[in-house]
Amino acid sequence: MNLIVAVAELDGLFTWLYTQLTATGLGEPWVTIIQYGALAAIMFGALSLIALILVWWERKIAAHIQQRFGPMRHGWHGWYQTVMDALKLLQKEDVDITARDKVVFFWAPVMCFVAAFLAYIVMPFGDGLIVADLNIGILYILAVTTFTVIALLMAGWGSNNKYALLGGMRSAAQAVSYEIPMVASILVVVVFAGSLSMVDIVNAQSGYMWNWFIFRMPYGPIAFVTYIIAATAEANRTPFDMPEAEQELVAGFNVEYSGMKFAMFFLAEFINMFTVSAIATTLFLGGWHGAFLPSWAWFFLKTIAMVFLLMVIRWTYPRLRVDQLMEFAWKFLVPLTFANLLLGAWFKWAGWYW
Amino acid sequence: MNEAANPGIVFWVLSAIILVTGFMVVSLKNIFHCAIALVLCLSGVAGIFVLLGAEFLAGAQVLIYVGAVAILMIFGVMLTSNLAGKKIIATTSNAMVAFFATVLFGGGTIVTIFMTDVWRYSSESLPIDNVMFIGKLLMTEFMLPFEVVSVLLLAAMIGAIVLARDEES
Repeated sequence: MNLIVAVAELDGLFTWLYTQLTATGLGEPWVTIIQYGALAAIMFGALSLIALILVWWERKIAAHIQQRFGPMRHGWHGWYQTVMDALKLLQKEDVDITARDKVVFFWAPVMCFVAAFLAYIVMPFGDGLIVADLNIGILYILAVTTFTVIALLMAGWGSNNKYALLGGMRSAAQAVSYEIPMVASILVVVVFAGSLSMVDIVNAQSGYMWNWFIFRMPYGPIAFVTYIIAATAEANRTPFDMPEAEQELVAGFNVEYSGMKFAMFFLAEFINMFTVSAIATTLFLGGWHGAFLPSWAWFFLKTIAMVFLLMVIRWTYPRLRVDQLMEFAWKFLVPLTFANLLLGAWFKWAGWYW
Repeated sequence: MNEAANPGIVFWVLSAIILVTGFMVVSLKNIFHCAIALVLCLSGVAGIFVLLGAEFLAGAQVLIYVGAVAILMIFGVMLTSNLAGKKIIATTSNAMVAFFATVLFGGGTIVTIFMTDVWRYSSESLPIDNVMFIGKLLMTEFMLPFEVVSVLLLAAMIGAIVLARDEES
């Protein structure tokens, strides 16, 4: 195994933790376990906070697009509204329906929540600010995100409710279909970076702004746009939110969930959106590269810009019909992305790149 | 000997997961539960691949098999007689035949493993970035098997479309 823990900017904290722990006389393996635990706790806390902020932000953007104010009561422009909502959801009764499939019903939100966090192990938040630079980086992310599909199917089946089941089925069909164009557009980047590692991909875009993969003409912008479309579908967001189409399926796969379990699905959805934006930043927008500001600030600025784009798309476009969704994936996106992959490979082979 | 003699606690935990969930796949009555057990089993196999230093294989294992199990689940749901009502029963009708076949193949494998004295292995250390080597080998030395597998999958895909298509349209 080559798990390289390279947390350069958190190094001071971890050296301090290490000296403190070894001073107490603990054995080496325990110290390592506690250190990894601390790292996991930091990631978990930060991502939960990000998800809460994103929920608030989404509501504000939706409101302003629809010429409303949105939440205004709690704090300045309602900034801690979602914190109160989360507290409310924690206190609510956990309705346990009688006809559910007990084990599947219980584990579905847990699996969805855990799968949402897994991708952050290889996410380069800044220069050297990464938990583990796996050499299969982007493949690892693609692999662990498939667990979300299983979780949604489990939720749909476990609820024993036809709307929930239809939501889960749609989610699986959609994710399987859009996975192909997504992988094909990511492969264009992999061809030029020559590596699957997230750090290598970011390093391949160092230098000036035109080195970013989005500005590599002509295959870069095409790959970026197709990735965003496919990723929006993978994250189950409008215009591709068929799994929870409110008008048709009440709320889709999570219709029977309440309280804490619903909150887990809800937060996982927003973390997934942040993941999609972070991957887009890493692959196409040069990752942490940028002038003047520290590297992690650039990463977060770009990611938040991507999140903003996804939110504006969500609130300005209508939902697709389910057959249109499938036709768009198989008859338009798949041929386009494969043609683009061929084009990119040709440019690489001919050496027409910088 | 080296670390192969004592593979460590992670190996034993993963093996236990694989064996238990693998048994659940064939013994559970509800086909949906079988599919979930299969997800756990294949994820355990991916863990073994990681232990062996084959990260690419582990990633591909999860990506392909867990994704494929999702489709299996859809089939399971589609085969249910009425949607979300009655649970489908996964019957094991040829239990005895399956048992003898398993004993034959499993026993044969185990006997072969224990009868082999000299194992072929390389003493070279694993390259850090083995993904690149896999890619190069697939495109040069193992080009023909790679292409054959591609054609096989294409044939399977066309066959599935032909079977699923409506005759009248």
